[in-house]
Amino acid sequence: MSVVAIVSLEMVLTNLTFSVLSPFFAPDFVPDMTRACLLAGIVTAIVLYYFNLQQRAYSPAIAEARLQALQARIRPHFLFNSINAVLSLIRSQPKRAESALEDMADLFRVLMADNRDLVPLADEIALCRQYLSLEKLRLEDRLRVNWQIEQVPPDAMIPPLIMQPLLENAVYHGIEPLPDGGEITITITRKHEDILITISNPFSADKDRHHGNKMALKNIKERLLLHFDLEASLKSEVKNNHYLVHIRVPHR
Amino acid sequence: MTKLTILIADDETPARNRLRDLLGDMAEITIMAEAQNGKEAVELAVQHTPDLILMDIRMPLMDGIEAAQHLQQLPVPPKLIFTTAYDAYAIKAFELNAIDYLLKPIRQERLETALGKVRALLPAQIESLKPLQPIRTHLSIHERGRVILVPLSDVIYFRAEQKYVTVRTAQREFLIEDSLTQLELEFGDHLLRMHRNCLVAKHFIAGFEKRTITHDDAQTEQQWVAILKGVPETIAVSRRQQHLIKTI
Repeated sequence: MSVVAIVSLEMVLTNLTFSVLSPFFAPDFVPDMTRACLLAGIVTAIVLYYFNLQQRAYSPAIAEARLQALQARIRPHFLFNSINAVLSLIRSQPKRAESALEDMADLFRVLMADNRDLVPLADEIALCRQYLSLEKLRLEDRLRVNWQIEQVPPDAMIPPLIMQPLLENAVYHGIEPLPDGGEITITITRKHEDILITISNPFSADKDRHHGNKMALKNIKERLLLHFDLEASLKSEVKNNHYLVHIRVPHR
Repeated sequence: MTKLTILIADDETPARNRLRDLLGDMAEITIMAEAQNGKEAVELAVQHTPDLILMDIRMPLMDGIEAAQHLQQLPVPPKLIFTTAYDAYAIKAFELNAIDYLLKPIRQERLETALGKVRALLPAQIESLKPLQPIRTHLSIHERGRVILVPLSDVIYFRAEQKYVTVRTAQREFLIEDSLTQLELEFGDHLLRMHRNCLVAKHFIAGFEKRTITHDDAQTEQQWVAILKGVPETIAVSRRQQHLIKTI
């Protein structure tokens, strides 16, 4: 809310500055010297104003608000398809339908929670497993998952919903377009004081589907930045026909 | 009342099961076949000629929108109801053009109503769907009453003859009625125009070579040709297009 307020305030101010001052810029109206001074003054004011804005933008309260705004959002596509899959199970496999609904409840509880605080890495992993088992309900053998978890400190903390949206993208962009599906590999290792997470999926060169992916990456990047500043990073690459996302978070 | 024959097209087994359950509860309906993608839907529709296809939109290999475009070219196109969980753009297009669709999860009553009033798609409605899938993944080729779907990725080149365009794949040639200009407009990203009447797929170009050609009057001329992967013939590069040789 406050971010929006600041941005609109900035727009109003900028517009005002220009509309009030523009008559003075008419060449015949003011001597050159005065015009230069006036211009310099305005530039300074804008620069100062910008720094002030930046400072406020990175103050804790604003960071909180930004975190809230950056809450991960699940694709509606996933929600409705999952409900449809559960409906298909009710008659034939009621037990599976039950556990699928329980997974969905857990997943949506986290998605709708206030996700500003760090959570144990183990929780995020458990959530991802639940998410993937729901996707497996729909995609069956087309979705193959390979977890490679080595030496993960049990007390490691990460921002919630850092991995799940990436897995969602991996399923949507990497697995669903393939008639025979493919494998998603999740690797979690520890290197010195860092935890390294890599998610890999088959790469499909489908242009128009990548917009959603970029949004999710940007969102996660920003949340990592707000929590860990430069100690965390997110990189993506295409290698050997696979799309990889690498996340580095500090272990502390 | 005659039985309504239906083909289900959806890549997700649970979604197909669900539709089968719902249709099973209704009278006077026969499910003729189930397809797992758009390509299969077109092929099964040609084989079984169902009255109606319940067609998912987002499917691998070929999506439902493209399948609808190919189906429209059949002598008696089946009626179509699109099914989708969520696709804001498609739903908007359906609503604007009065195209039948059902939102997943599908309700029994909604399905019954939809089946009761299902209409064939009109050419204008099909035209309105094209922006949702502007570039086809397959060409549909009509040959002696059969329909062959040729993946665009198999096409080595298109060559314009007098009335038709020849489509060359590693296995054989096909004839289509599209014009070279239309093809270039649609698939231009993958194709290079070698001369006035030939478009070659970029990833099938193995290299270029300068050849000496002897004309009927015994005069010789140097000419660039494109060497292609998978076929023995070469394609001449016109003088105007020689700059392409450098770009590859």
